[in-house]
Amino acid sequence: MPRITITVDGIKYEEDVEPRLLLVHLLRERLGRTGTPVGCDTSNCGACTVMLDGKSAKSCSVLAVQADGCDVVTIEGLGTNGTNGSMHPMQRAFHEEHALQCGYCTPGMVMAAIDLLRNDPEPSEETIRQGLEGNLCRCTGYCNIVRAVRRGAQEMGRAVNTP
Amino acid sequence: MIPAQFDYVRPGSVAEACRELASDEDAKALAGGQSLLPFLRLRLAYPSKLVDIGRLAELKGVHERGDHVHIGALATHDEVMRSPVVNAGCPLVALAVAQVADPAIRHRGTFGGSLAHADPAGDLPAVALALDAVFVAASEQGEREIPAAAFFVDYLESSLRQGEILAGVRIPKLGAGWGFHYEKFHRTAQAWAIVGVAAAVRRSNGSIAEARIGLTNMGPTPVRAHAAEAALRGAELGDQVRRACAEAAAGTAPPADLHAQPDYRRHLAEVLTGRAVRAAAGAG
Ligand SMILES: Cc1cc2nc3c(=O)[nH]c(=O)nc-3n(C[C@H](O)[C@H](O)[C@H](O)COP(=O)(O)OP(=O)(O)OC[C@H]3O[C@@H](n4cnc5c(N)ncnc54)[C@H](O)[C@@H]3O)c2cc1C
Ligand code: FES
Ligand code: FES
Repeated sequence: MPRITITVDGIKYEEDVEPRLLLVHLLRERLGRTGTPVGCDTSNCGACTVMLDGKSAKSCSVLAVQADGCDVVTIEGLGTNGTNGSMHPMQRAFHEEHALQCGYCTPGMVMAAIDLLRNDPEPSEETIRQGLEGNLCRCTGYCNIVRAVRRGAQEMGRAVNTP
Repeated sequence: MIPAQFDYVRPGSVAEACRELASDEDAKALAGGQSLLPFLRLRLAYPSKLVDIGRLAELKGVHERGDHVHIGALATHDEVMRSPVVNAGCPLVALAVAQVADPAIRHRGTFGGSLAHADPAGDLPAVALALDAVFVAASEQGEREIPAAAFFVDYLESSLRQGEILAGVRIPKLGAGWGFHYEKFHRTAQAWAIVGVAAAVRRSNGSIAEARIGLTNMGPTPVRAHAAEAALRGAELGDQVRRACAEAAAGTAPPADLHAQPDYRRHLAEVLTGRAVRAAAGAG
């Protein structure tokens, strides 16, 4: 069985993995990151989105062995001071704008939102909608999600710009 | 679902990868995995072994090469879409790649993987065909060139042989005077094209001097709309172009599926070709 080294939310792990083990299953079942859900069987929904070496990826569509040597950030690694610390500005914006109902899509939605700001820190509504095209929400109708991403972007901009 | 079992190797060179693939006919190359993993998860494929070529530096990058652009098989969709070399040298590729899937899939899916997968519903095969791209295949014996017209053989089948991998693709640059457009028709929550049209058009005065049109999802392989191309030669913008584009579906055998029946696809091909040609000709 191949042995891999992987950093998840700042912690380094060494794991023996079956080649067919999906990254999302490694995260959930071996490393306890159940904050990252599985929403589909077809790589469509985006619920499982994480950051893989700084870019969004659908963790159901990556083998754990492919992530050997990589750095992964899940929804659980976003806040400061660990899981009980304060939320990331984008998480707070989703909370404040009521950008979720059942919450199943939210972890992936938040990761995709943070990813789209890498290329455009002040996105238009159109850019946000396109940036989230790989993430499906079956509850909210997207309006509050788009609003939350705008607000999260503003908060993140402020956090960067305040000395 | 969880994929069936397979072995996994990560060769350190293209030669080693080709050797691994040559020695086992049930082995498969793994690039970005964005087509292969969904297949494995749905248990539509049962490879004995995955040969992970994803880290081979020889297959990466986009290179400016005078009369053509060389796109390495492992260049990701995201990389290709943002590449200044691609945007300047072969803008039709950049336009189409930007419409492939979604940002997360574009971060991992590769240009070579999309073409080697030979899915007629994929956006890039029709573009490569319209631009007369040249495919570079590598094997233990060395490299050989395959013209786009000979690369796509059947549904999910390319002319790559066992033990060969796609190393890269050469996209010839079209000179001044050419305009481009990729017109894709799909449902919002599902990126795959029901029909797509890749158009490269050279205009002179008020008419079309030359047009090249590739069709996505209009048969078991991507196809050129030869009849429309011939009819467009010398056509004036307006009625003549409209009439020429009505021949876009001639000779095609479009599939029937959940999204569309063949007659609807034929109708789409005609309408979308009209839009693509007008946009490529700069006539909205
Ligand atoms: C939800 C979803 C939506 C999508 N939407 C679109 C879309 O709208 N348009 C579109 O065009 N595509 C779409 N795709 C497919 C996407 O573009 C894939 O990235 C691409 O088709 C495959 O590239 P890959 O690097 O991931 O290849 P892989 O999945 O790694 O491989 C695919 C196949 O090609 C073979 N292969 C890969 N690289 C090579 C090589 N260098 N030499 C020889 N064989 C090789 C593999 O053995 C395998 O059979 C979508 C995929 C998903 C999951
Ligand atoms: S679970 Fe990964 S895309 Fe749906
Ligand atoms: S909040 Fe339920 S799926 Fe998005």
